Amino acid sequence: MRNPQLNDHGELQHLLSIEGLPRDIITHIMDTASSFLEVSDREVKKVPLLRGKSVFNLFFENSTRTRTTFEIAATRLSADVVNLDVRTSSTSKGESLLDTIDNLAAMHADMFVVRHAQSGAPYMIASHVGPDINVINAGDGRHAHPTQGLLDMYTIRHFKKDFSNLTVAVVGDILHSRVARSDIHALTSLGVPEVRAIGPLTLLPPGLEQMGVRVFTDMREGLKGVDVIMMLRLQNERMRGALLPSAQEFFKHYGLTAEKLALAKPDAIVMHPGPMNRGVEIESAVADGPQSVILKQVTFGIAVRMAVMSILAGGR
Amino acid sequence: MKITISNGHLVDAASGLDRIAHLHVDNGRIVATDAPPAGFVADRMIDASGLVVCPGLIDLSARLREPGFEYKATLESEMQAALAGGVTSLVCPPDTEPVLDEPGLVEMLKHRARNLDQAHLYPLGALTIGLKGEVLTEMAELAEAGCVGFSQANEALVDTQVMARAMQYARSFGFTVWLRPQDAFLARGGVAHSGPVSGRLGLSGVPVSAETVALHTIFELIRSNGCRIHLCRLSSAAGVDLVRIAKREGLPVTADVAVHHLHLTDVDIGYFDTSCRVEPPFRSQRDREALGAALADGTIDAVCSDHTPVDDDAKLLPFGEAEPGVTGLELLLPLVLSWAQRSGVPMATAIARMTSDAARIAGCEGGSLSIGAIADICLFDPQAHWVVSPATLRSQGHHTPFAQRELQGRVRTTLVGGRVAFG
Repeated sequence: MRNPQLNDHGELQHLLSIEGLPRDIITHIMDTASSFLEVSDREVKKVPLLRGKSVFNLFFENSTRTRTTFEIAATRLSADVVNLDVRTSSTSKGESLLDTIDNLAAMHADMFVVRHAQSGAPYMIASHVGPDINVINAGDGRHAHPTQGLLDMYTIRHFKKDFSNLTVAVVGDILHSRVARSDIHALTSLGVPEVRAIGPLTLLPPGLEQMGVRVFTDMREGLKGVDVIMMLRLQNERMRGALLPSAQEFFKHYGLTAEKLALAKPDAIVMHPGPMNRGVEIESAVADGPQSVILKQVTFGIAVRMAVMSILAGGR
Repeated sequence: MKITISNGHLVDAASGLDRIAHLHVDNGRIVATDAPPAGFVADRMIDASGLVVCPGLIDLSARLREPGFEYKATLESEMQAALAGGVTSLVCPPDTEPVLDEPGLVEMLKHRARNLDQAHLYPLGALTIGLKGEVLTEMAELAEAGCVGFSQANEALVDTQVMARAMQYARSFGFTVWLRPQDAFLARGGVAHSGPVSGRLGLSGVPVSAETVALHTIFELIRSNGCRIHLCRLSSAAGVDLVRIAKREGLPVTADVAVHHLHLTDVDIGYFDTSCRVEPPFRSQRDREALGAALADGTIDAVCSDHTPVDDDAKLLPFGEAEPGVTGLELLLPLVLSWAQRSGVPMATAIARMTSDAARIAGCEGGSLSIGAIADICLFDPQAHWVVSPATLRSQGHHTPFAQRELQGRVRTTLVGGRVAFG
């Protein structure tokens, strides 16, 4: 089966998932991001790499934050950015999805940044558009959020330098998390020897072991000696029901507190993709504490998205 | 009309045939093998040298989409597809729009089929009104109108009291209830087999326990109510084990599997290929092998196409939103043959699973080449290779995970009731 992300020359055509992404492409994206980091510190925060290109932010699911980071990244590359909130609620909107894509393609879009509530939707769009359009997955259902995964790897590399001796724990609602899946694929691709998943069994997807992950239901056990703690957001609608009895009980057993953080290595870093639920998955003292690199992730996120966009535009 | 089919390789488990011989047809019936009856002069000779001659296939699940979904398929298009696939009898689930829960609807459908005069159509009536699982249908009336059994199609029968009563009522008249074993709660929201693939792709899973829990419930209710049950579309190794035990115990159950489940697994979903969105979902390789072994040893009695034409608008969607179902009538025979070849199953056994065994389950005519049987006959070239090209399929449903695959075995001629209907 042909990898739909790569063109015939093995270059990146679309960024849809970190799974199946060659390690040298991941590293190349991170290296490119480094060079963009200083652009953000300049007086004039722009480079002309995407001048004359049109980037369409196509958000079928609302997310102001992610959309904004893509918008900033595209603007800093001098692209024209069009934001479209095409939120759909029901299953009957499929025809309009491909219709929307055809219409936008006819407007000479160069790049689609797609967020969709259904796993795999960006694959369908990527297979539908012509070869002169790039698709970036900005989050699809529970499946993948590759730019978040890449910026997380960038953050880890920034603080830890090397992946080959790390123990990394991903904590919380992994079942519903596209971030967790992208992080896990990225970590294993980059050679992290031990990736752990921590959570109650109701929030862990089947097949984690096959993804090279050690599963812990006891957070204290799972945090022992780790270098990196990646917390996940717990969606409001999952806090009460058959998956979890209450947010309080979740916080007690799977929330990151200073006391639990102390079980990790002393220089362990704490990450979170945002937006955080303080007091549900993480306590404020930790989120704002010295080991937290959460705001750094946001800063690096812009540079990583610039890197992805410039590589896609240049690879054509 | 008298027809002689000469020099074909007759294969029919029902009459124990597996040799090259002539077959003679008169007035819609098979009248002789080898030498013709005295005074028989054929109006038409069909040279079947190099071809296999078997009973017309009986497909235990084919959706023709009428009434209500004519934009997906029509009786005309799907009957053509059936005959091109060597299928001469079609058992149709009741999930049409409106649902087949009234005798008038069944009569209308039978009437339409009769006028077309192609494959035989055997509808399953809805077990409950609107398939809602609450109120029983007039089963006796529906049977009189032509229903051969009663089913919930893919709709769950959640209320076990209704299920128990449906079984009691059906048994009063000697009807068979056709159930697809799937627990509605465990399967809720699921679109793929619950396992490493669904976990990786972020697709909601249908666990194997959805099938086994439902089977346990059904078997327990059979024990107390004694109704004959046909289990539709088994999907798992664990499910197969339970059916094997139930049969050994002597419970009155039969079972079928969809032919695509003999070939594919959840891995074939690949990058969210919606042509692999089927119900029940494709499971693991172990499940696939167990289904094949069970079909070979007879634990699973029959194999069907589970033909379900789906239009582009409903299929060209993200995986989780795409409508389940694939086209299958024209692929049933070659897919069963290739499964048999791969698994070392004799061709006669493989053919029996979609002819004589299927006839026994549906309680319909056909499925036999014995003297006096209805002349529903399929002639196919077992050596012919062809590549599945969805655009050239006769069915209005073009979505199949077997697109571009090379298959072996192609139907040359199909007879229905002694009339050459295809070829």
